[in-house]
Amino acid sequence: MTLASMARKYEPRRVAQTKVATSAMIASLAAEGYDTVNAPFGHALVELAKKDKRIVGLSADLSKYTDLHIFANEMPERFYQMGMAEQLLFSAASGLAREGFIPFATTYAVFASRRAYDFIAMAIAEENLPVKIACALPGLTTGYGPSHQATEDLAIFRGLPNMVLIDPCDAADVAGMVPAMVAHDGPVYARLLRGKVPSVLRKHKPDYKFELGKAQMIREGRDVLVISTGIMTMRALDAAVKLADDNVDVGVLHVPTIKPLDVETIRAEAAKQGRLVVTAENHTVNGGLGEAVATTLLTAGIAPQFRMIGLPDEFLEAGALPTLHEMYGLSVDKVAERIKSWL
Amino acid sequence: MTAETPPGAFSNMSLEMRAWNIRRKALLMGEVQGQGYIGQALGVADVLATSYFHAMDFQAEDPEWEGRDRFLLSIGHYAIALYAVLMEAGILPEEELETYGMDDSRMPMSGMASYTPGMEITGGSLGHGLGIAVGMAMGLKRKKNPAFVYNLMSDGELDEGSTWEAVMSAVQWKLDNLICIVDFNNQQADGPTRDALAVGAEAPKWEAFGWFAQEVDGNDLDALVAAFDAARDLTDARPRVIICNTTMCKGVDFLEAREITHFVRVEADEWSKALAKLEEGKPQ
Repeated sequence: MTLASMARKYEPRRVAQTKVATSAMIASLAAEGYDTVNAPFGHALVELAKKDKRIVGLSADLSKYTDLHIFANEMPERFYQMGMAEQLLFSAASGLAREGFIPFATTYAVFASRRAYDFIAMAIAEENLPVKIACALPGLTTGYGPSHQATEDLAIFRGLPNMVLIDPCDAADVAGMVPAMVAHDGPVYARLLRGKVPSVLRKHKPDYKFELGKAQMIREGRDVLVISTGIMTMRALDAAVKLADDNVDVGVLHVPTIKPLDVETIRAEAAKQGRLVVTAENHTVNGGLGEAVATTLLTAGIAPQFRMIGLPDEFLEAGALPTLHEMYGLSVDKVAERIKSWL
Repeated sequence: MTAETPPGAFSNMSLEMRAWNIRRKALLMGEVQGQGYIGQALGVADVLATSYFHAMDFQAEDPEWEGRDRFLLSIGHYAIALYAVLMEAGILPEEELETYGMDDSRMPMSGMASYTPGMEITGGSLGHGLGIAVGMAMGLKRKKNPAFVYNLMSDGELDEGSTWEAVMSAVQWKLDNLICIVDFNNQQADGPTRDALAVGAEAPKWEAFGWFAQEVDGNDLDALVAAFDAARDLTDARPRVIICNTTMCKGVDFLEAREITHFVRVEADEWSKALAKLEEGKPQ
């Protein structure tokens, strides 16, 4: 929250003309114009687990809110309800991995990154154990305020050696990342989209397929290159369609793997002359994709005109998600507006 | 350095002798560095001797043998004691004793799984071991592997909330293949454990959570053997804890008498005195 908002604590409020309620935590992300897929994470995990006996699932009292309940219902003997105990969740997952299993451990991104960090660092990452961490409510995807908004999870985990980081955009990414997480022999932290998850990428690029560690051009464009991750790729694509009406040609490079970063593709695309480069992420501008891209370009002597879209270095407000996305610049309109202002 | 006890099959060696050998090796390692958690090593030597030479199944030549009982050192700074018992067990070569804590050694000051054969986990960030042990015990049950998981933790780790998450979970999952050993020497970094957070009788707490709890004199080998036997033989489907009340620096009286014992200062000339003192108490 801003200091100005805090100062309004004792100021009485009136009921607004148009009521916009805080979206519940369990609500799916609204994405107009896209079809949705139900619980892609849970269904992909069940399919894979049928073939791979090493897979087990654990949750810290949030299986229903991470779509792990699909797996738990299908394979109850392979599911561990660990209770509301995140330190235990990741320690026990580490123990199961030591005995040859591939545990998928789910909770909210805030609890994994803030509360259980030391356990993920020392019991999992330090020994490169194949624990797969999948966490709901990444960045600004809930209106509950800072207790549930994981605005700095990627910054926290980017500093952790051995950890692979994924920020999926849509249902194709979520379904595609599950087998990739298992195929990678080591720890993975994936941000999760749950519930009804939009199908975005294949609408823009029909043959799109998630590949771990690969950035992919979803849309070509001559004037602007947006390098985006997570749900901000959806926003960037929608903004690009909007800006095309104003004769601004926007290309979108989707970077679902934050670590290891696809340095080659990012450098090659950013080095193409004459484009404004804009990074876009559902995360604080401190320590996320934007800074990673900036480092990647500067160390290679690539210096295009460069701007960053992301969340401010603040604890964010509570409220309805569309309002908050507008307020913090993550809405399609705001993204388009800002890109235009930089040209 | 002459090897006091060649590694290997000394099945007829007394636990008393094993414990004495562990103490001696720990002192020799402490002398190499001129410092170390020697108080803990001397205090826990009887517990380690009972674990490795009475209770546990392992194969010295194959520390990752699938049938082994797992021994987790949650307290990373007790590594000096575990290296001593791993040498005594023939898992680590005694010739490496003098590399303790040196550059490129397999025996760093704080225990890490990636450095040392026989070291199951990276300890040191306290309050991790029991939670990992819960996961390993679950995994063993899933594989129908009858091995036990032993987790050695300190009384100081009773301060950590994560310990109690694991305590509840082990009961929830009926982990009768989990044996937790608490080395209760009543010393943590800033002073007595009892003055910090672990007030109140220990065994009743664990019992209240649903564990089979025993409290013993951790420097009494007969009592330890009986407690380990009872823990292994229990048929109830619940986890087991052995609270071992130990004396820091046990076996070297002039060190035992020192007040601050979490990190014992031993002067350069005192190592040989300590070894001499230990020699006086060598079992026959």
